[in-house]
Amino acid sequence: MTAVLETDTAFGKPIRRKEDARLLHGQTNWADNIQLPGTVHMAILRSPMAHAKITKLDVSGALKQPGVVAAYGAKELGDLNGGVPCVWPVTDDIKMPAFPALAIDKVRQVGDCVAVVLGTSVAAAVDALDSIEVSYEQLPAVTNMEAALESGSALVHDEIETNACYVYKMPCGDYEASRAKADVVVAKRFINQRLIPTFMEPRSVVAAPMGMSDEITIWSSTQIPHVLRVLLALVTGIPENNLRVVAPDVGGGFGGKLQCYREEILVTNLAKKLGRPVKWTETRSENMVATHHGRDLIQDIEIAATKDGKILGLKVTLLANMGAYLQIITPGVPLLGMFMYPAIYKMDSYDFTCTGVFTNKTPTDAYRGAGRPEATYAIERIVDELAAEIGMEPMELRKKNWIKHDEFPFTTVAGLTYDTGNYEAATEKALAMFDYDGLRAEQAQRRASGDQVQLGIGISTYTEMCGLAPSRTLGALKYVAGGWEHCTVRALPTGKIEVVTGTSPHGQGHETAWSQIASSILGVPVEDIEVIHGDTGRAPYGMDTYGSRSLAVGGQAIKAASERLVEKARVIAAHQLECSASDLEFINGSFQVKGDPSKTQALGAVAFEAFTAHNLPPGVEPTLQGEATIDPGDFSYPHGTHLAAMEVDTETGQVKLRKYVCVDDVGLQVNPMIVTGQVHGGVAQGIAQALFEGAEYDDDGNLLTASLADYLIPSAADLPSFETGSTVTPSTTHPLGTKGVGEAGTIASTPAIINGIVDALRHLGVTEVAMPASPQTVWRTIQAAKGGAK
Amino acid sequence: MIPVEFDYVKVTSIDQALAALKSGGEDAKVISGGQSLLPVLRLRMAAPSVLVDCGSIDEMIGVRDEGDSITIGAATTHHGVMSNALVQKHALLLAQATATVADPAIRHRGTTGGALAHADPAGDVPAAALALNTSFVIAGPGGRRTVAAKDFFLDYFTTAVGPDEILVSFSVPKCDWGSHYSKFSRTAQAWAIVGVAAVVNVQGGVIKEARIGLTNMAPTAVRASTVEAALVGASSPADITAAAMHAADGTRATSDLHAQADYREHLARVITARAVRAASGI
Repeated sequence: MTAVLETDTAFGKPIRRKEDARLLHGQTNWADNIQLPGTVHMAILRSPMAHAKITKLDVSGALKQPGVVAAYGAKELGDLNGGVPCVWPVTDDIKMPAFPALAIDKVRQVGDCVAVVLGTSVAAAVDALDSIEVSYEQLPAVTNMEAALESGSALVHDEIETNACYVYKMPCGDYEASRAKADVVVAKRFINQRLIPTFMEPRSVVAAPMGMSDEITIWSSTQIPHVLRVLLALVTGIPENNLRVVAPDVGGGFGGKLQCYREEILVTNLAKKLGRPVKWTETRSENMVATHHGRDLIQDIEIAATKDGKILGLKVTLLANMGAYLQIITPGVPLLGMFMYPAIYKMDSYDFTCTGVFTNKTPTDAYRGAGRPEATYAIERIVDELAAEIGMEPMELRKKNWIKHDEFPFTTVAGLTYDTGNYEAATEKALAMFDYDGLRAEQAQRRASGDQVQLGIGISTYTEMCGLAPSRTLGALKYVAGGWEHCTVRALPTGKIEVVTGTSPHGQGHETAWSQIASSILGVPVEDIEVIHGDTGRAPYGMDTYGSRSLAVGGQAIKAASERLVEKARVIAAHQLECSASDLEFINGSFQVKGDPSKTQALGAVAFEAFTAHNLPPGVEPTLQGEATIDPGDFSYPHGTHLAAMEVDTETGQVKLRKYVCVDDVGLQVNPMIVTGQVHGGVAQGIAQALFEGAEYDDDGNLLTASLADYLIPSAADLPSFETGSTVTPSTTHPLGTKGVGEAGTIASTPAIINGIVDALRHLGVTEVAMPASPQTVWRTIQAAKGGAK
Repeated sequence: MIPVEFDYVKVTSIDQALAALKSGGEDAKVISGGQSLLPVLRLRMAAPSVLVDCGSIDEMIGVRDEGDSITIGAATTHHGVMSNALVQKHALLLAQATATVADPAIRHRGTTGGALAHADPAGDVPAAALALNTSFVIAGPGGRRTVAAKDFFLDYFTTAVGPDEILVSFSVPKCDWGSHYSKFSRTAQAWAIVGVAAVVNVQGGVIKEARIGLTNMAPTAVRASTVEAALVGASSPADITAAAMHAADGTRATSDLHAQADYREHLARVITARAVRAASGI
């Protein structure tokens, strides 16, 4: 770490993102831009019902349509109807019902795949869907989690005889004892609503037999090419070494492309069966029902404290909506949050229980933050309610209970050891930027005058765990994979550098950030470094991108591989310069004999020597590269303080954000401009949960918010200009001192907004506002508090 | 999604357009900007046999000064309307309402005449057209006719323009009253939950006359005539608030994901008062 920082390198500079020109101009290989000769296009007949028996399915009519090559239902597909895998069986007795790519006999969600048509054009395939004969016998839809668990409820999966997927418990300390000691117990129910990860580029996948070998290449708009390759091999039976998965440039994911989707399985199997390229790109309408959803928890939260505000214990009881099936890590998402409910606070006990519930809705899975936004929302909301209950200023209550900067490393009641943090520093800086006292004064004045527009101030002092993840920890949680990352750094004969990494960006700017890390170690300009990623054919090993890990974990591998390259080069350079390796210094990309600046050899020259191999020292192999596979020692724990000021129009219920200040501590920053960008996007997405987004179903299991006209995502026009700042407390468990930033904003911002709305209206008797806090919801909440309940 | 297959005819005159509509039969559909029609086609909610593109008919593009009124070609884009000097001077309310339609990209393609003929009850332009006493020139097989605003909007997505007819232009009597369009929506790009278009004639601090159009309070845009009557003589914010209490009278507000009918009615009252205050300066 120190070697990186002591010299004037690219590390830490706000360098412009070198990948942006091609991304912003769209001049790149999005999966849907890939056009292979002889491609057939897949169209999917999807279920219009949430729960029904398929009483008839006849695809023969489609086969008679012009341009149709093939059509299949589950029966016709037979053994090629692979099952969607789940790799996180969280308990020994978890119920894991089958999830065939094409529904067999029964559909369980609107959007379930019933049949596919393959045509020589997209239009031919889509038109022919109308010629499939299908009929359904509707069954009662399971849409309410509590009702789903009652005896006599309709069953999503008859064969498992229950809608309960699993019950996971983690008791830490004796909560009942804490409760018995407490002066105050505050209990609240929070609904963490269902969200749809609305990435910009829809999912798209192309699979093609490559002809000259048995290889099938799959281009998919995915976050996880390496994991997908393993899973597709297991699901399809195609040998793993015959599969190459490429994630070309990917236009956003937010966890929604951390998946092995049924469409990817179908396209792969059909490409092999038909012996020609098969392509499928989803429409936005398909995206809304068939891309996995996020969140959807009922959170019963109880906090026990003394009357002077010392938190004693926390009890968390969750119902987690799995949806109709388990996908890649569906059951595990709440467990990623499990460790974070105690957050930054010291307490004696913590009791966690989560019940996973099947319903006839789209499966849920990871969505930006995955478990941690839910946890942060619950703890930051309940802390505010505790403060109100005991009449304490909410920030003072936080200060009284948080881990102090001189108490790190600190092992929390949930068993995690936070390496570093400084909540005091981040909070102090945020309060100063925010003008906290001035806004509190304005709030008091508006309350006193009975202003129609009330001012609310929302606080969120969050931490999270990211940089997924130590493999040993994942194993202990029954996750069926590791959390390491791989990198190879090659010095080419001309002195240019290739960084080959197993993790890949989908818009975050990693090519630039990773280049900065390699540049700072190798002394090679950023522009001379090419990052190669997202391709199992070029980067054989990798664990891909999720959980804010690509910089925090992937960056470590790049650092280690670069250092190993330098060490090999040092031996060669010493031979060339006729000195001992220990006599060489490596400065700005050149080896130099200590005390004799005239004797130098640049890294590029060493690379050429390694390439020609005409004069290498004995025992040193030709070529110059470094390789590393790094398993992180621990998670990393970014933290920060977010403060939001908002005007709440009590006549209409409309919430207008006036000011948003956040100070995030993500450790050392490789590129502060990219960090700020990640914070902006994350904060916007968290605000979106608080105010705008929510997937709503009717009682029959129809998704009502099935288009972007009804599922509202905010644009810049709906948000204030964010004021961002940072403190830097380097991680001590990560060699670069970085922590990860991809999810922090989303995790932090949602409770800041809802806390602010409740704060604006608390004097009217409001103690809770449901998300999304639409104008109507806020207005009705005010009416109800006034006693004019509607 | 991909639309069902259709034929496409691009025409350069009204006569050509009418001939194409006639030969296309009842499944023919007029398109100009396409910002409302194309999503409907892509969702396969409509499957016209032929689209008649009227976006390049010279007579249908641009704004003309007609003395007491201005005439706007039906295929003039929203952006063209809102940024036009004649519209800003003589029909400011129309510019104000048009400026709230969707987002800049859509306003550069979508046409104001198209939005009027589409007659989405949640669209912003019809309420302004009503408040401005707009008249509509419709061409058909039997020649041209002029329809008053009150007779133009018939029902959900239904206007006086017949299937074999085309909206050529619309005319707005010059109006120098104070005006304001207030759109209440959840996001900047979303449809209005409620919109209020107000023009108010204020003399000596007293409202002499007001015309109010409401967006999304009925199957079509409607005039808030009870409010208009109650506003005559109003000279204080309290007077305006009292008059605006009638904003939901006679409306047929619907319930959807974003607002139940009772909330819409409440909003209509609140937003009407605010729009009239903004328009009148009272």
